[in-house]
Amino acid sequence: MLPVITGFIDELREAGVPVSMVEAIDAMKAVEAIDLGRRTGLRETLRSTLVKNMRHERAFDTAFDIYFSTVPVPSASDETSGAQPPQSGDANGADGGAGEGGFDEGALFNSLLEALAGMDDEALRRAVREAVENLAGMEPGRPVGGTYYLYRTLRRLDLGQLEVELMEALTGDDELSEFEERLLREEVEALIERLREEVQEEIRRRLVADRGRQAVAKTLRKPLIEDVDLMHATSNDLAEMEAAIGPLTRKLAAKLARRRKRRTGRLDFRRTVRKSLATGGVPADPQFKHPRPHRPEVWLLCDISGSMATFSRFTLQFTHAMSTHFSRLRSFAFVDTIDEVTDFFGPGVDFGSAVTRITTEAEVVWLDGHSDYGNALETFYTRYGSQLTPRTTVIITGDARNNYRPPRDTILSDVAGAARALVWLNPEPTAYWDTGDSAMSHYAKHCTSVHEVRTLRQLEEFVETLTLPTGRTLQNV
Amino acid sequence: MEFEGPMQVADALRSADYLADDRISQVVFLAERLSKPVLVEGPAGVGKTELAKAVATVTGRDLIRLQCYEGLDEAKALYEWNYKKQLLRIQSDVDHDWDTISHDIFSEEFLLTRPLLEAIRSTKPVVLLIDEVDRVEVETEALLLEILSDFQVSIPELGTMTANTQPLVFLTSNNTRELSEALKRRCLFLHIDYPDAEREQLILNARVPDLSEHLAVQVAKVARSIRSLDLKKAPSVSETIDWARTLIALSVEEVDEDVLGDTLHILLKYQTDIEKAAKELTSSPAG
Repeated sequence: MLPVITGFIDELREAGVPVSMVEAIDAMKAVEAIDLGRRTGLRETLRSTLVKNMRHERAFDTAFDIYFSTVPVPSASDETSGAQPPQSGDANGADGGAGEGGFDEGALFNSLLEALAGMDDEALRRAVREAVENLAGMEPGRPVGGTYYLYRTLRRLDLGQLEVELMEALTGDDELSEFEERLLREEVEALIERLREEVQEEIRRRLVADRGRQAVAKTLRKPLIEDVDLMHATSNDLAEMEAAIGPLTRKLAAKLARRRKRRTGRLDFRRTVRKSLATGGVPADPQFKHPRPHRPEVWLLCDISGSMATFSRFTLQFTHAMSTHFSRLRSFAFVDTIDEVTDFFGPGVDFGSAVTRITTEAEVVWLDGHSDYGNALETFYTRYGSQLTPRTTVIITGDARNNYRPPRDTILSDVAGAARALVWLNPEPTAYWDTGDSAMSHYAKHCTSVHEVRTLRQLEEFVETLTLPTGRTLQNV
Repeated sequence: MEFEGPMQVADALRSADYLADDRISQVVFLAERLSKPVLVEGPAGVGKTELAKAVATVTGRDLIRLQCYEGLDEAKALYEWNYKKQLLRIQSDVDHDWDTISHDIFSEEFLLTRPLLEAIRSTKPVVLLIDEVDRVEVETEALLLEILSDFQVSIPELGTMTANTQPLVFLTSNNTRELSEALKRRCLFLHIDYPDAEREQLILNARVPDLSEHLAVQVAKVARSIRSLDLKKAPSVSETIDWARTLIALSVEEVDEDVLGDTLHILLKYQTDIEKAAKELTSSPAG
């Protein structure tokens, strides 16, 4: 058991979950105290001792499934399905009838339906095993994570049809009101999700049996949510980021508040002399001036065109969550022209709906709705340029992909001249800058600094540097 | 009372009307077996505090509760010297020299115990509940570390006080801020989320005995449906229980759109949330 658990802990560490020595020892002690016969028992024991942050639970679950899965029993039909060519899965209308190799998809469909409708776990597992065996077309030895197999199995199972028939089966003869129907549909969706998870687990089990734990764990290892690339995040990832952004901003706010408290001011001569009167003129207790908290004025310019929407949204959300640390925060949105959107984010406004309102109500499209940085920046400078002060930090978020239009970058040097600092955040990897229609280097030469911000962690670090005292410029961040 | 396994924990907790899932019962079992504190985290109103209370009930231990808040300090959490009594002692005694007096006034007679020290000094086994630990400042968190790892408190004038009996410690957190690594390392971590419809229905049956089976199923399903919306504050378990009680008080036998529209304000506490849920789930807007 010991080597399996140490291997498991290594895998967690590889996936970015910080597991300390003490926690590892605790886990071993805990494992000794429990009955190893129950898999859930082992899972929860390891979870409670090794994972101390909700955000790491996904990584834990994946690793656990790989390291402590039960090896499937190969059945008689395994040989035939294993030998099938991979493309055979592509040509089929799925619903009913006998598939290739004498395999009856209709029967499988019915047994799945029965198992789900009757909430029979054992039957469901049996049906899923059969489905994966016959439909996934798994090839031994291929270094894949199983997403493809999952997709293939589920497509052949025709979940849409299954959902419809499941609805019918659960409705029975009753006449449902709209409200009841909605509740039922949610239940059916939960059941389908169960099925999806079962299939995924079964596929992983087979992968592990085929290639061994470490190899599968390595292919399946996913970055922690702070490290997921914003440009390539799936909708699941986005939902998780959304949830993570609250705690992250609170953490940062607490950190900044702590820094504030530190006494770094210069000697307050007047108060020191006044205090020294109590000790007979001896300045026993020197008094210090409290440094004024540095509160920059921040203007955010966000590209909200299709490709950039997600990134801009997170930047807006993160910066607005920190707005108490700025003396003033104004936001602007642009696609091919620019509009101020500060008023959309009043206190107590739901962030999601505010963003939707921006895309529908703000005047950000002038011509054709393709990014035009040149025109957007020029409009910005003519309309708001006169309000820039030496206390203003201007932040532009965008990929600088200008659709081969004139960059008109000289405008930026005027903006940079009028403001305290001009910062550009680009969510693309540095290597992609200046490729294709990216005009990054044209703009970069006028900026105080340019940052590659691809993950929540980088975004958090950047927002922290924004609040640094004036003595340190943004350049040496 | 000692548990033999997580199954017994779950059974015992059920007798106290607390329905524990696999995760909860396993962690409570481990906490007792390894004498480690449990850090319970999760959204508001999923029964974090309730868990500590239920454990206290089924193990027959006393519950000592420390409610955390911003500005909580040593004097309110650990111990304090009874300053007024010490003064009186000094004033009433003019015959003895200073040495005797100073030795005397720092004795247990002048010590005011606060929840943490009380839990340590109790002669009976106790459950110590440190509620909403994420509300205290990071510095104050350090106060807890000695207690959590060694079950002892050091008082400079008196020396170290070790626990007479091993207390079962539960810390709860709403995750409004990240707790320090040092604190987390010393605890077993238990994340409690909203229960699934099936478990919620069981909870409702246990907590609201008058509720019919059919209504419990409906309440649980509606709660799940509302939680799936994007809301400011999703309804907690305690709020669904309140809702179920309301339905009984109104002698409702069947939840439909109208009933839901009229009673949404019990489940949801923000006007924007109520409007959103009303729009999604009913055809008429709620008042």
